[in-house]
Amino acid sequence: MGQKTVAETIKEITRKHLTENNGMLLGESITAVGWVNNTVPDCKGIIDLPMTDVAGAGIAVGAALVGRRPIFVIRFQDFLILNGSPLIFFAAKTKELHGKSAPVFVRAIAAENFGPVHSGVLHSIFMHFPGFRVCSPMTPEEYKIAWEDFMKHDDPFICSEHRVSYQNAEELYDTVKKDAAITLYAISSTRFETVKAAKMLEDDGLKCNVIHLMWLKPFEITERIAKPLNRTKLGLVVDSGHEIAGASQSIAYQLNYVTGHRVKALGLLDKTKCLCEPLQNAAPDAKRIYNTVKKMLK
Amino acid sequence: MRSSTFGIILNIAQSLKKDIIIEIFRRMCRVKYFESGAISAVKEKFLNKFLYLSSGQESIPASMSLLLSDFTIFAQHRCHAAYLSFGGDPLKLRDELLGLTTGTSRGRAGSNCIQCHQNNIEMYGHHGLIGENVPLGVGAALGNGKPVVCFFGDGAAEEDYVFAAMGFAVTHKLPVLFVCEDNNLSILTTVEVRRSWSITEVAKALGMPGIDITDDPWTVYKKTQELKNNLPAFINIYTCRKYWHNSIGTDGPPDWDRFQIVKDDLKDLGLSNRAEKTENETKTSMEKLWDKKLLRKLLKK
Repeated sequence: MGQKTVAETIKEITRKHLTENNGMLLGESITAVGWVNNTVPDCKGIIDLPMTDVAGAGIAVGAALVGRRPIFVIRFQDFLILNGSPLIFFAAKTKELHGKSAPVFVRAIAAENFGPVHSGVLHSIFMHFPGFRVCSPMTPEEYKIAWEDFMKHDDPFICSEHRVSYQNAEELYDTVKKDAAITLYAISSTRFETVKAAKMLEDDGLKCNVIHLMWLKPFEITERIAKPLNRTKLGLVVDSGHEIAGASQSIAYQLNYVTGHRVKALGLLDKTKCLCEPLQNAAPDAKRIYNTVKKMLK
Repeated sequence: MRSSTFGIILNIAQSLKKDIIIEIFRRMCRVKYFESGAISAVKEKFLNKFLYLSSGQESIPASMSLLLSDFTIFAQHRCHAAYLSFGGDPLKLRDELLGLTTGTSRGRAGSNCIQCHQNNIEMYGHHGLIGENVPLGVGAALGNGKPVVCFFGDGAAEEDYVFAAMGFAVTHKLPVLFVCEDNNLSILTTVEVRRSWSITEVAKALGMPGIDITDDPWTVYKKTQELKNNLPAFINIYTCRKYWHNSIGTDGPPDWDRFQIVKDDLKDLGLSNRAEKTENETKTSMEKLWDKKLLRKLLKK
């Protein structure tokens, strides 16, 4: 039997947490419509919440306060707008203010091509507020690392998932080339597209480094991250969320400030995501990343 | 409808033990005289931060705390009375209001976010979104099965997430007592201006017992006794905020002065001497807590 997919890994971690660790999973419409893309096991500890987004998040945070380490499932990240208030206003503040933590694992699921209300990627908002740990795992091993990190710490955790990763069973590794012209930093679903773009550029004779960013907060500029940029002296951060005041701009700024090299951000345009093809404002795909790099290297 | 006598059980105090009556009064005095000291500290410019005073409403937690000592408390922003009545250390509350590291939250949170996790008290506050403590409390009850009391105001009762959480408590049969301290005011806007419906009727429609009473502590005690074994349940309690929403100003005398009414009751019950002794002792201890020399030393002024 081969490596498990991301979806199977989530399901396995969840089952163990619920059956062996007195854990709890809360969310809306969990036990219907495919059990959240087949990522939720049929076992004890599942609470199907009524359609009460703000109260539902508050209930999850309350369960976290008393030590249940709940998994809180947000089927589409857009719904974090409502669910965010108990997370941002209470869970993320309580440890620093009162020394009492509220460790809730938020499975914030992103998607693409579902129009204006189901295609949002909102992890940047949670990077903005103090108190969260934020990451976006796209591989089975990364998901295990994310979960272990949550269990090791006592902070509310935003796990920015993407449906495009659920059937992925492969790990994604950095590629660093001796004579690369640019270093590409990729986040969330754009990681798969960045790998493709790097291949397209290489076919054109342009070598690129590709650095995969799973952690968004805390974001530490380690040698793994800085060294390739110090060589290429030019970088591009790609994210599936909005570019303005988003993860791509924030990380590009940090890289620029620390290394002194020029780093551009690439994310969604400052437009609403629409349903129809020309106006979807989709996450940067391989073609857009390719074109952006070409322009930067002119 | 709303009055100082609404829902009162006549002569109910006579059926209560004298020690219980005096203890309720002592807890009311703790709040009243703690806050009297805080008000003086504001006037003397020792205290210059936001202050949400409970005075006028102190009879509710003073009475309930005697029966709910094993409950986890999820308090509203006007929470000094809950903290002090359930046994919170007044010195730590004073220091929190002053922003000192010896405060309940090391001086980081302040008047409207008080928490307590010592001396067998589990009290959580909220962070300013009124009523957010209600879903948190319901989630805590779901998480560990222990009984919870949620205090909130008539304004918070209008937050959609409050009655959504109340409904969830009914669905899952959670041991939560919902207490609306209904002072009729959201800042200064009265209930009748804000809504045409009753939160008590909403609670009943959701499927839990729901009652309206006034803040007569003896009636509150009896009703709490009845409801605490039939949770989830809801009590709307008419009461009067003595001071502004925030800080120490007033807009004239409140509709009724429950503290004075209680003192009159104690006289009728032949408890004047014990009440006077209790009041004087509590007043003296709180005056010491807010002593000006001590405050100068603490604040290095």
